[in-house]
Amino acid sequence: MAPLLFGQFLGGLTTAMFLFLIASGLSLVFGVMRVLNFAHGSFYMIGAYLAWQAVHWLTPMFNSFWPAVFAAATGVAFLGFIIERLLLRHLYGREELYQLLFTYALVLILGDAAKAVWGTQQLSVSRPPLLAGGFDVFGSTLPAYNLFIMVVGPAIAIIVWLMLTRSTAGRMVRAAALDREMLGALGANVGALYTGMFVVSSFLAGLAGALVTPIESIVPGMDVEIIVDAFIVVVIGGLGSFWGTFWGSMIYGQVLSFGILVFPSFSIFSVFALMAVILIVRPWGLFGRPIR
Amino acid sequence: MMARDSILRRIPWTLVIFIAAASIPFIGSRYDTFLGTQIAIDALFAVSLNLLLGTTGLVSFGHVAYFGIGAYVCGILMKTYGVPFSLALPASALGAGGFALVFGYFCVRLTKIYFAMLTLAFSQIVWAICFKWNAVTGGDQGLPDVPYPDLDWMSSLPGFGDFRIGEEFYLLTVVVVILSFVAMRRVIASPFGRMLTTIRENPERAAFIGINVRAYELAAFVVAGGFAGIAGALFGIFNRGVFADFVYWPKSAEVMIMTILGGINYFWGPVVGAATLVLLNQQITEYTEYWPLVLGIILLVLLFAFPGGIVGGVAAGFERLRAMIGRRVDA
Repeated sequence: MAPLLFGQFLGGLTTAMFLFLIASGLSLVFGVMRVLNFAHGSFYMIGAYLAWQAVHWLTPMFNSFWPAVFAAATGVAFLGFIIERLLLRHLYGREELYQLLFTYALVLILGDAAKAVWGTQQLSVSRPPLLAGGFDVFGSTLPAYNLFIMVVGPAIAIIVWLMLTRSTAGRMVRAAALDREMLGALGANVGALYTGMFVVSSFLAGLAGALVTPIESIVPGMDVEIIVDAFIVVVIGGLGSFWGTFWGSMIYGQVLSFGILVFPSFSIFSVFALMAVILIVRPWGLFGRPIR
Repeated sequence: MMARDSILRRIPWTLVIFIAAASIPFIGSRYDTFLGTQIAIDALFAVSLNLLLGTTGLVSFGHVAYFGIGAYVCGILMKTYGVPFSLALPASALGAGGFALVFGYFCVRLTKIYFAMLTLAFSQIVWAICFKWNAVTGGDQGLPDVPYPDLDWMSSLPGFGDFRIGEEFYLLTVVVVILSFVAMRRVIASPFGRMLTTIRENPERAAFIGINVRAYELAAFVVAGGFAGIAGALFGIFNRGVFADFVYWPKSAEVMIMTILGGINYFWGPVVGAATLVLLNQQITEYTEYWPLVLGIILLVLLFAFPGGIVGGVAAGFERLRAMIGRRVDA
């Protein structure tokens, strides 16, 4: 029994760390810009496809997984930059309905663009040789790659958190979340700050998409599937709360993982139910603050 | 906004649309009737959403849940239990309205983005149940072969002789949809409907003058859910089956696009939006499989250039024309 439970726990932890990578960007953008970005899942998908493409192009030359991951994340960050500069910035003053629909339009466009470029067949990337092995932990095998993700997730969390709390730009970001107009009146360039936030968020989504390629196949539809999961995570932790997103991912991963043991066919149900309960009891999430 | 005495307002739109829609099987092809059925059902779905979006100012991102519940209730009753359509249709409205009452009770406690998120969460719960509860909903296999209602009596009417079940079901759909429109117009024009608009314009002020904002919003949510259920019931029969896809969240976005494309500030806006999208879809899918791409671009153009939707744009143009003519007459 104990090894089984431990295996479930590790599975949940891997899920959690992936989701954290994706959801942290979503939460940062919502926290500062108050935009709920449906296209975040599309950025994740584009990251996965770009990573596959880069691996494909680079493989004849050298062992290419890590450069491909970096290239994919950078490519998605660039895409985010263009979208924010050209389109999104014109919608900041508008009602949230229009912002939601704008990001949904991106979901439609990017989803079809990916289909047009990469087709509808499943693509996959093999694990980097360095992390191809596994460890035996209490009788269940833990792939080295999963262990790597479990380290990368918290590492990125700490880096972003340090950037938010220790750097001047990070302080301005937090100030913008509290009072955008006041920050602007004090002479800060809020527009550039927003662009920067959106780029960082896109980078994180692209990174997550690129890193997921060795353990999940790349298919059309992964964008709309993941975005709902990411929404659940940020809602549990608290929209806009950084550590909330971290713990929200942990809770999501474990509920999903152990939910499968308890009600085998209703484990998806259990996470949606958890999201609904959190919204009913504490709409601002476990770690968030109520928004005025 | 339009002037009160505008010609557009004096036309009895409900009657005009009913006559136009009902004449399609008599003058058009079978394919026209097929498209007509789809438009009528989507139009009802979109108008029911607009009761929340346009009239009450509530952004529901889970309206598809009630459409799906209506479809499943009607499909299960008609297929599994052999209940006649005349009972199954009201039952699906009640079922969808009942779920809307339970879910809405919690949703109306929240505002703005949180309201949207909770409606989305509930619709995904409904989806998860429909997708997994094999014994009742058929799970991922869905519920194929929902029977048509018994409409043989129609062929004995003069002029209806050579109609097949497709045309007969279309006429039934048109009658149900138009009656639903009449009912919803009554609701919107009633003191209750005016209160909803007051809440949309300023919920705090509405609360100050003693309106129980949550109760009104909940009532709107239930009415909208019930009519979405009727649309879903009709669609399940039209589609010859009910599937879990009906309830997946992108469908909620689709109906929202229809509603906004037509224009949320006008009762007939969502109808125009539904017709436009169905016809465009049919045209465009002849040339390319990338319909979502086209839809996304339409949505971008709409958001940046015509936030008032088609009807909003036409009405504004019409007013400008009238003003120009008026100036000439004065001079």
